[in-house]
Amino acid sequence: MTGDGFQALFEPRGVLVAGVSTHPGKFGFVSLHNILASGYQGVIYGSSREAGEVLGVPIVTDLSELPDGAIDLVFVCTPAAANADLLRACAKKGIRAAFLASAGYGEAGEEGQQLQAELVALADELGMLVAGPNGQGVVSTPARLCAQIVAPYPPAGGIGIASQSGNFISSFMNYAVQTGVGVSRAVSAGNAAAVTIPDYLAYYADDDATTVALAYVEGVPDGRTFFERTRAVAARKPLVLVKGGATAGGQRAAASHTGSLASDDRVFEGMCHQAGITRAATIEEAYEAAATFATQPLPRGNRVVVLTTAGGWGVVTADAIARSSLELMPLPDDLRAALDAKLPPRWSRNNPVDLAGAETRDTIPEVIDLIVGHPDVDAVIYLGLGIQSNQAALMRGGPFYPDHGLERIVDYHERQDARFAQAAADASDRYDKPVLTATELAVTHPDNAGPIAVRVSGRLCYATANRAVTALDHLWRYARYRECH
Amino acid sequence: MPTLSEADSKRLLAPHGVVFPPEREVHSAEAAVAAARELGHPVVLKLGGAAIAHKTERGLVRLGLGDDAVVAGAATELLAAARPEDGAVHLLVAPMLKGNRELIAGLHHDEQFGMTVMLGVGGILAEALADVAFRLVPITRQDGHDMIDDLATQKLLDELRGEPAVDREALVDVLVGLSDAAEANGTILSADLNPLILVDGRPVAVDALVELAG
Repeated sequence: MTGDGFQALFEPRGVLVAGVSTHPGKFGFVSLHNILASGYQGVIYGSSREAGEVLGVPIVTDLSELPDGAIDLVFVCTPAAANADLLRACAKKGIRAAFLASAGYGEAGEEGQQLQAELVALADELGMLVAGPNGQGVVSTPARLCAQIVAPYPPAGGIGIASQSGNFISSFMNYAVQTGVGVSRAVSAGNAAAVTIPDYLAYYADDDATTVALAYVEGVPDGRTFFERTRAVAARKPLVLVKGGATAGGQRAAASHTGSLASDDRVFEGMCHQAGITRAATIEEAYEAAATFATQPLPRGNRVVVLTTAGGWGVVTADAIARSSLELMPLPDDLRAALDAKLPPRWSRNNPVDLAGAETRDTIPEVIDLIVGHPDVDAVIYLGLGIQSNQAALMRGGPFYPDHGLERIVDYHERQDARFAQAAADASDRYDKPVLTATELAVTHPDNAGPIAVRVSGRLCYATANRAVTALDHLWRYARYRECH
Repeated sequence: MPTLSEADSKRLLAPHGVVFPPEREVHSAEAAVAAARELGHPVVLKLGGAAIAHKTERGLVRLGLGDDAVVAGAATELLAAARPEDGAVHLLVAPMLKGNRELIAGLHHDEQFGMTVMLGVGGILAEALADVAFRLVPITRQDGHDMIDDLATQKLLDELRGEPAVDREALVDVLVGLSDAAEANGTILSADLNPLILVDGRPVAVDALVELAG
């Protein structure tokens, strides 16, 4: 697989949509619409059986009318039977990559499988990168390219996605829209006839725009190759993976005891550990792991301090840490003494650091800096952000606002929460350590000043402390793998 | 698919660093008595042969034999229990090892990923617990350490009821040994070290079963 083909797929100078439709429900319309709507800056053409203009884009009936060497990528919505001639004509115009949304290939019986085999041979003959067929499309935020038949177009960021299921591309990108932790490239591999998931992942390993790779797979046709290639990716960048059908294909009857204990999933799990793959159990967990890799430094160790403004949260978080590979470290004496000097005596004096409502105006930013800055601390989970702004929201919506000093206190609360979120991000940057902020307000009240400020700081605001622990556990396991292997 | 006898299975794996108890292969009750004296009582006596795979089910294993008389008696009974279809048989004399903890290790050919090494918690609950870790052949020593870390029942590997913690390096020797054997001999289809008893924390494979492609 040539890097040139991937360059054409992800950074095309011009795009042709083949099979443009005037019907806004058809793929040939939707894909053109999405390319235009996301602000793609290159030249755009369409082809169809009728000449004219759709959404202001010139439509040709004969590809020989297209300029030479101006277009790198063709997005194909035409029927499978028409595609061989189409791709030959595209190659003559210098097009080096194709994304085939067309169905009717390997998923469609014997005839389709024959067409798919011919497609792979043609791609090889033309030296063209052919993605799909039967895929949803390709997204590339550095090129502001949204060449897909579905929404959304995600914010830009460092996550590079490849999926055997197009719908999970959408799911991952929906999370990117929700959280603000964005995507570099995303591609639906479709039937993965010529370009497979490991091919995309290998490109992401080299891609400067991508800091973490995220993949969804079901079947792995060639296990050894998959292992070798994903291991090479994980040796360079974190690779987060979800596997569908993990519980299928259980134990087979086997002559040996070892054989009867070998299920497909146990072997797959071991392969992931050996390759340094971060395997997630769910789509949500996978996205959050990837988003954490994209926005937090790797921890240097597993010693965690939990900072909370109230007791229960810290207790539950400590339980979650006990179930992980992380350690709820005992509070170092010098750190306890330093915190004693900042806090009234009712604070917990241990880890979790429970402020027990003892904070005044500057307490939280100072305490965050002290804890994150302590040399024994590898990572911090911060709980309780947004409480003040939640009260502020109730006051602002209540019958007494803005009188009785409410306007002033509401502003103050919201400024404070924004400050705390920024203090967490600043300490993380300053000491190069992960600092994860978790509050359910991130999903229950996403307009709360706390979660908003976390988002503005470029970090993920975790909906629960347990999810923050899971994500941090993934970071630590990967950091340890990189250190040991 | 030919299955090797226990003795041949051990001969195939031992050069790669899998530790087995010192054993004697003999063909008479007199020789069994002499071997037991040499190894020290109590001993284990087993009837072995290329065609004998399910020794325990057939009652061909006698444990904790404490003196010459019981060794001689057991040896005579085992030799008499051989069936015509067993072909050539022999007696294995081994010291009775003490250890309360059992692991299982082996090789398994996976359809998707090829040859794999396995480590698991052994004993009668092995399949119910299914606390196992796999890696693809070949494995590094670090992979071996990771496999041990992967087991959920870590407390079983710590100091337990007066027995020392498992010697992790020695256990890694076994896992890397299995991987090496699989690499060196492409005809190995599967291997079982079951049980792998922890004797003073060190893993000793008291039984072995290797299956070759045929």
